[in-house]
Amino acid sequence: MKRLLNAPLLFLRLLYQSTYLAIGQIWAKKTRSILTTTGIVIGVASITTVIALLTGLKKQTLADFEKWGARTIWIRHTVPRTGPKRKIDWWNLRFWPEEFEGIMERCKSLVRFSRIAPRDFYTPYVVRYGNKAVDGVNVTGVDLGAEQIVNRPVILGRPFSKLDNSEGRYVCFVDVVLRDKLGLDKDCIGDVVLVGGKSFVIIGVVDIVPEQAARWTGGGQGLEMFIPFRTYLKLTGDRRPQMYAMAESVSTDLSEEAVSEIKFFMRSMRKPRLEPGEPDTFTVQSVQSRVEQFNRVSMMMTMVAGGIAGISLLVGGIGIMNIMLVSVSERTREIGLRKAVGAEKKAILTQFLVESLILCFFGGLIGLGLGKLLTMVIGKVSKSEVLAMAHIPLWTIMMAFGFCGIVGIVFGMIPAIKAMRLDPIEALRHE
Amino acid sequence: MKQRASDNNGVIIQLRGVKRVYEVGVDEIHALDGVDIEIRENEYLAVMGHSGSGKSTLMNVLGCLDRPTEGSYEYGGEDVTEMEDAELARIRNERIGFVFQSFELLPQMSAIKNVEIPLLYSRFGWLGRGAKAKKSLQRVGLEGRMTHRPNQLSGGEKQRVAIARALVCEPSVLLADEPTGNLDSKTTKSIMELFDQLHQQGQTIIIVTHEGDVAGHAKRIIRMKDGKIYSDMPAERDKAANASSGAVPEEVQA
Repeated sequence: MKRLLNAPLLFLRLLYQSTYLAIGQIWAKKTRSILTTTGIVIGVASITTVIALLTGLKKQTLADFEKWGARTIWIRHTVPRTGPKRKIDWWNLRFWPEEFEGIMERCKSLVRFSRIAPRDFYTPYVVRYGNKAVDGVNVTGVDLGAEQIVNRPVILGRPFSKLDNSEGRYVCFVDVVLRDKLGLDKDCIGDVVLVGGKSFVIIGVVDIVPEQAARWTGGGQGLEMFIPFRTYLKLTGDRRPQMYAMAESVSTDLSEEAVSEIKFFMRSMRKPRLEPGEPDTFTVQSVQSRVEQFNRVSMMMTMVAGGIAGISLLVGGIGIMNIMLVSVSERTREIGLRKAVGAEKKAILTQFLVESLILCFFGGLIGLGLGKLLTMVIGKVSKSEVLAMAHIPLWTIMMAFGFCGIVGIVFGMIPAIKAMRLDPIEALRHE
Repeated sequence: MKQRASDNNGVIIQLRGVKRVYEVGVDEIHALDGVDIEIRENEYLAVMGHSGSGKSTLMNVLGCLDRPTEGSYEYGGEDVTEMEDAELARIRNERIGFVFQSFELLPQMSAIKNVEIPLLYSRFGWLGRGAKAKKSLQRVGLEGRMTHRPNQLSGGEKQRVAIARALVCEPSVLLADEPTGNLDSKTTKSIMELFDQLHQQGQTIIIVTHEGDVAGHAKRIIRMKDGKIYSDMPAERDKAANASSGAVPEEVQA
């Protein structure tokens, strides 16, 4: 029994001893040890910082997504990569406003839908009030309820009515930035502004939205004016303006269901006609898929950072190997003595391996600290809420230490073997 | 450990026809050329000879740091020639205490930590190594210097620490290679008195030296030349023999 217990105990003792010796050695050569670990430090610091920032970004992004746009769906026209329509010009495949007629009746998972004609080449963008003119306004044609899909609820006045749209009335919403720039009163309902030679009655005021929300629905940062879709067609005289559509599903769970319904519906409505089996000439995208896209991008960034970290770890490992070789050569007599008084080969090997391991872990620790510091500094300096949420996840810490361990063992092996193989007689004679 | 060493009629070390040949290029150097020695328990032995006489090689072989090319070496009844490296390390650890000319203390460690080193590699000495090291330092009269580092100690004190380190595993043989080579005459005297004292306590001691004064403390003197033993006799007879043949016998023989 005693013998059986002896083996693992001996091993643990060896490990304990080696650790004890190694820490003593590293402590004795503090400056050198710190300099040696620079490569490891940079590697670990860079990867942990990037991962921390991405984690913060991700967390914030997902939170925003939940809050602002989890149910939002985009419908855009595209040129298919295959099939007979692949050669058609993108411009010629744009939607017809009529293609969406009846979508709310046919797609049961939808709660709201709106065509959106953003400002384009034909859209006037100068808005006048009295003798004031504001240039560069985004005049956008929308359907009923669009202000809710794009997260710009009407804070004053009323939303568009059915008649506003079907009659093509010259009514509009302005956002608070445009209102203030035009020098309108806070309560500007009923005031008349001039756009493209037409007088528009302001019926509502919308707020600007936070940056986070804008990421999910677009725009919202000021200088916007919304007019009924039909009015937009009349104003621009364009029967087929560049447009896309946005919809909102009943619930987040039904978001993918809604996407399928819309796809089915759109296939029957698209002009030119789609034959069975032909690829779509449009895309229907839920926010979910944008989140996935975001995840792919962040994964790529992580991999790039990982590559940088990998190179630094490699260089750092070579640094460690170099310093360990120096150490072995400096301590040749010590090794000779230890062997003379009974240290076995494995004891010497372990001592030096553990030393290089601890050096690497030490570098990893400093790297983590630096990564943490960098993350905090970036969070503070950028004044971004998103980056302030950054933190280093546990798995990254464990992975960093794991890699440090591998580097320590791989690059410590050659010096340790060199030490192990020293002949005690020769070693004791070494100057 | 000690009882095992005395199994064989009190014989600890038995060398028969030991040769050690180094190959340097195409040349062969016979550092040891057929050496026979028997060392019993509690002997106090000096090995003398000029450099190149083979005494260092003998020391390495006796200390299990080197293996004979030919011949047999039994330590406490065990054949050392056939042993694995790990077993040799064990023998060095448990049964042989080394004392070196240049002390070989590790500079970054205190005296007591230096003395503990062999216990780190010992199967039995790990637990309570502090107490054992302390006891060993007391034996060499350095209990007041335990926490000093080597650079805070005098030469004599350093060698005492080294002797304490050699004794800490209670080896059957203390092997000293020119232990006073780096010391002045006064310190040499006090170190040799320490060896005498240890011998009186029952310690087997082998000293390799080229100094007559040092060898004078031993009870038996082996003289070597060209890898061979040419004289092996008790100290009194050695004194007489070498008195008749002059103070530098090697030169007379040559």
